[in-house]
Amino acid sequence: MKLKKNIAISESGFLFDPSSGDSFNLNKTGQQIVKMLSEGKSENAIIRSILEEFKVEKHTLQRYLDDFYSMLRQFNLIENE
Amino acid sequence: MEKLRFERPVITRINAGVPDKFGRGANIQSISTIDDIEVSELIANYGSPLFVISEKKIRATYQEAVSAFKTRYPKIQFAWSYKTNYLNAVCKVYHQEGSWAEVVSGFEFEKALANGVPGNKILFNGPDKSDEDLTMAISHEALIHIDHFDELYSIIALAPKIGKKAKVAIRINMDTGIYPRWDRFGFNYENGEAWTAINKIMPEPDLDLMGLHTHIGTYILTPNAYTVAADKLASLVVRIKQKYDHYIKYLDLGGGFASKNTLKGAYLPGTDTCPSFDDYAEAITAALINSDIQHDHMPTLFLETGRALIDDAGYLLGTVLANKRLADGRRSLVIDIGVNNLFTSFWYDHQIVPAGIVHPDSEDTTIYGPLCMNIDVIRNAIQFPVLEKGNQVVIKRVGAYNMTQWLQFITYRPNVVMIDENGKSHVIRENENHATMNELERVPEHLKEIYL
Ligand SMILES: Cc1ncc(COP(=O)(O)O)c(C=O)c1O
Repeated sequence: MKLKKNIAISESGFLFDPSSGDSFNLNKTGQQIVKMLSEGKSENAIIRSILEEFKVEKHTLQRYLDDFYSMLRQFNLIENE
Repeated sequence: MEKLRFERPVITRINAGVPDKFGRGANIQSISTIDDIEVSELIANYGSPLFVISEKKIRATYQEAVSAFKTRYPKIQFAWSYKTNYLNAVCKVYHQEGSWAEVVSGFEFEKALANGVPGNKILFNGPDKSDEDLTMAISHEALIHIDHFDELYSIIALAPKIGKKAKVAIRINMDTGIYPRWDRFGFNYENGEAWTAINKIMPEPDLDLMGLHTHIGTYILTPNAYTVAADKLASLVVRIKQKYDHYIKYLDLGGGFASKNTLKGAYLPGTDTCPSFDDYAEAITAALINSDIQHDHMPTLFLETGRALIDDAGYLLGTVLANKRLADGRRSLVIDIGVNNLFTSFWYDHQIVPAGIVHPDSEDTTIYGPLCMNIDVIRNAIQFPVLEKGNQVVIKRVGAYNMTQWLQFITYRPNVVMIDENGKSHVIRENENHATMNELERVPEHLKEIYL
């Protein structure tokens, strides 16, 4: 899964998609994940990195991530797979 | 180390078109001149839209800030936060006033050097410092504010190769009682990570721990948060002295002072809620003076104030393109200033006023920019005089972050003009044009010909 190119992310969690003109707010975890995606990290690498840093069950995390990724898809922020 | 509590990731779309709580506005004043030059003359000479920066205001605000601190604590050093506005002319005004440079990338570092700032007066912050950046910083004897352990290890490896001691500080994040907590930068205070980092640095022969740094957030309305931060940094100074008999030379309290802009959704205008430099200075210096740091070894206090120093000095001038009625009958005004040039309109309700004398009637109006996209809203539902196509407007307090975060989108970025203290105007960044925009583009050979 790859984030669309050109997406602008500000330090304060503001995300702007110049191709649609849509803008979004991310909470801190959202920011962290979008950042990792934009660095080209794989979904597995993201899970590993979060599990290392945070206290969270793997399957709970997986559920949250699936939901979050589906929002990214719905908002058209992901390159066609 | 205890793991952090996980917070579910959330993304929400920001909806344009929702009016703000009060449809507040009613600032039907107007601005005809900036530092005694007519707005109409500026636009006639330099085009529309146009950024205008008042050198006089920059200097006056800077001197006000310095004096608020110096009168309370003599060892003060400001370092201009490049990312807030790194147009060279702007940086040079601060450097003429005596401000050092605070940079967060190799690019900004090179800019500061090119502006004539000696390396040992550059503070190098941020999580992104490549080995090349660090080599440049060590060679120039810059003050490197370490963000994470990987950076620390890179410096330990690089310094002996360069043959110079690396002058370092660590960035420390902490709980100062405010939200959000910026804990992604630097080493945490409460969980002991900062102390661990200090204990790794102190025995290193090629590293010299000069300072401690924190930047607790931005647009901070509670000066007390700085008291807490200064207290915590001071306690580390004392602890380092106890354990290593080493005096920390400076404490850097970062930036974060609010400007007088009004945050979106705020109940009161920023002009009412923004603490003064005196409030912030009192909060910080009292904590230092009352700390246990030995009196004759008080560290220099560094400040990296950004928006509070420059916001008021910047204006954005524009022109009305059209008046429209929306389907529901509301009035809308389309101007040639879009969110691409006014990036901060995403978090501020900027004050916008007509230039010159205007029709006395005002109406509930939404002001749109010229871009072909729905989020291009400069102000929602404000009371605004009825203007005609060709009338001019002025947006106040745009000096911070716009001239660095602006997006090149659909149109060229406009001229930026500085009015000097004698009232003379100078272009300090030329507007983009077709040639400048195409300079970096390359078309592969097989795409040179087109067939229509
Ligand atoms: C490390 C650092 N110092 C200083 C600043 C300037 O902050 P402000 O404009 O809030 O004063 C920033 C901005 O985010 C920063 O990250």
